[in-house]
Amino acid sequence: MGETTPFDEMYNPDGTVREPYRALSEWLAEQPDRGLALMQTDAEAIFRKLGITFAVYGSEEGTEKVIPFDVIPRIIAANEWRKLSKGIEQRVKALNAFLYDVYHRQEILKAGRIPEKLILNNAAFCPQMMGLEPARGVYAHIIGVDIVRVGVDEFYVLEDNLRTPSGVSYMLEDREAMMLLAPDLFQRSKVAPVENYPENLRRTLQSVAPEGAGSNPVIAVLTPGIYNSAYFEHSFLADQMGAALCEGHDIFVDGGKVYMRTTTGPERVDVIYRRIDDDYLDPLTFKPDSMLGVPGVFDAYRAGNVTLVNAPGTGIADDKAVYTYVPEIIEFYLGEKALLNNVPTYNCTDADQRAWVLDNIGDLVVKEVHGSGGYGMMVGPTSTKAQHAEFKKKILARPDNYIVQPTLALSTCPTHISGDVAPRHVDLRPYVLVGDEVRITPGGLTRVALKKGSLVVNSSQGGGTKDTWVLED
Amino acid sequence: MTMLGRTAQNLFWMSRYVERAENMARLLEVGYRMSLTSRREGGASEHLVSMLQAAEMDEAFAAQHEVADVDTVAHFMMFDPANPSSVYSCLQAARTNARSVRTALTTDMWESMNGAWLEFSQIKPRDVRGAKLLGLLQWVRQRSHEFRGALLGTILRDDGFAFLQAGNFVERADNTARILDMKYYVLLPRSSLVGGEIDIQQWTLILRAASAHRAYGHVYHDRYKAHNIADFLILRPEMPRSLVYCARFVQQNLDLLAKLYGRREACQDAIDDLLSMVEDSSMDKIFAHGLHEFLDEFIARNNRVTDTLSASYNFY
Repeated sequence: MGETTPFDEMYNPDGTVREPYRALSEWLAEQPDRGLALMQTDAEAIFRKLGITFAVYGSEEGTEKVIPFDVIPRIIAANEWRKLSKGIEQRVKALNAFLYDVYHRQEILKAGRIPEKLILNNAAFCPQMMGLEPARGVYAHIIGVDIVRVGVDEFYVLEDNLRTPSGVSYMLEDREAMMLLAPDLFQRSKVAPVENYPENLRRTLQSVAPEGAGSNPVIAVLTPGIYNSAYFEHSFLADQMGAALCEGHDIFVDGGKVYMRTTTGPERVDVIYRRIDDDYLDPLTFKPDSMLGVPGVFDAYRAGNVTLVNAPGTGIADDKAVYTYVPEIIEFYLGEKALLNNVPTYNCTDADQRAWVLDNIGDLVVKEVHGSGGYGMMVGPTSTKAQHAEFKKKILARPDNYIVQPTLALSTCPTHISGDVAPRHVDLRPYVLVGDEVRITPGGLTRVALKKGSLVVNSSQGGGTKDTWVLED
Repeated sequence: MTMLGRTAQNLFWMSRYVERAENMARLLEVGYRMSLTSRREGGASEHLVSMLQAAEMDEAFAAQHEVADVDTVAHFMMFDPANPSSVYSCLQAARTNARSVRTALTTDMWESMNGAWLEFSQIKPRDVRGAKLLGLLQWVRQRSHEFRGALLGTILRDDGFAFLQAGNFVERADNTARILDMKYYVLLPRSSLVGGEIDIQQWTLILRAASAHRAYGHVYHDRYKAHNIADFLILRPEMPRSLVYCARFVQQNLDLLAKLYGRREACQDAIDDLLSMVEDSSMDKIFAHGLHEFLDEFIARNNRVTDTLSASYNFY
């Protein structure tokens, strides 16, 4: 896979334009000389003014940056999307069933389909969740599945992201910006709307409120505060849903029930959409020195007086080592074959596989098992000899801390690069909501590696985003 | 929707900081103008120090600087992050508060606030001198007006509105009272009816600092007189920076809160106290009782409004 030419989403190998990109291609040809560059400048101004920023940890130039936005949309055909969304729905159902099982009878372990040690000794396994009954049996309500495309009909899931995935506000704001920048392009295409996401999120959250919450359950979005890298998104979603945006000290637990401090006194909270990691959620149950969380909230959750979204402990299902078993998991719980491919993954604790990995490290991608955001990973073909050597050492020192995958030839999309249009590698993160039903927003966040040849799309590593269009029939 | 106590607090203070930035810009403009027109040796510096006193920054300034020249004072009041009341610090605090409560602001308000901060934070202090300084000071006032306009034009008339308005006018009342108090001695009745040159300069400073020098003429059709100036800024209900106007405005908004929440709290009593103090007065009574004592008491009661408001609505 490493050697092949990447799949170009706009052009066929013979240079003709692929059908879904026809309107875009015509529109691009009509743009005046500096048209795209001017649009790019306008886009930057729109985003900065709206305050759509993210924080880069360890950055010297101040904490807020605007994520680069590419003015050329990424387009997915209706039939392509149907396949994708079926595969995604299958995956999230199976993963929720898996979570219920590992926190109850652990049938899948008893059946020997997944090594017991891999689950029970895993840092992402949360023993406090054992036997707890979440509303509707759902653990992972909000999911962002990372998908890459390598061919006309070939999609791979890279990661399932079941622990408060971020980026959905970019999906929504990218669309807003795109409609301001190129209304004429929208007029020529039938683009599925993404604007319903906040409403669907609200419905999903209310559908998993504890019993007895009443007909209009109260939702609070729990944020670590304004210095968190995704704070913009937290406030954006709270605003769009009409929910309260709370920090830890705005919420308290009294008599096993959860309240927020309002101008008129305490008010009951039924559902907490928390954007705080498990470890920091409740200093009484998890990290005792956490200043961000709400003391006692986990016990209130256990008692069924509040719903935490996502549930603590979902990380066991998107752990990079468990990832390898997702096809098994789908078969075990649904009796179906996985519709979406998993990327083949090498296990470095196995001596033979490790030896092969060390010999071929220049062609491979190495990821830290618990890393995220593009930190702690190495892409062989675009790294130096010294970096190869460094990661070899790391793997030898802690083989269980790394997984290794072939370098996928991520598809490319036309991208605006200083006045010109050039192909750049992209991935896709569709957003899925699981509550009374599974709701998948047609579209998602397309991340694009703006550096020529780069395969790392993370915003923390110089990636940008694109509006993602799913066409309707 | 119910509002978090912290949200109410952030709204109240955001509004106060925007108003404060505007007042600081206005004061600096006055000081700058006066220093330009002074022909006496050392006169420029005296005007600037006098303006720093009105802003209650003279001690903090003296701790850092030996000489009060225009550039040093301007930098201190505009850009110094170590000065908690510099325009920079005020806009930053206002914007930080705004970020914390974005969901309680309209898009127009947020864009106005955020835009003001982004533009201001990109200005290089070194580039702002002379005519550019005046331009920037006007810009600060205009951005404050723009924010208030966005607020009035777009926000729901609910509790958030009341907290914002209360913050704005509590701050303004405080500002007017402090300017008067810092200069109260030039307003005291004296045997001579006509002020000397120094008096007139000081009166001009006071009026300009309250954007009242043109309006004064419309109301009194007379030359500057200490009694009128004090009357204008304390008791005149049509003067939007007078103590009585500000207190009434705050009272209306706290009454709105009592109505919305269906309950009166300690802060409603506190504002009634403050307002009755000015409404039941006349300039003769105030002078008889002592102008300085009156202003001191006003500032204390105004602080009590903030304290009781914070307690009544669960600020923390």
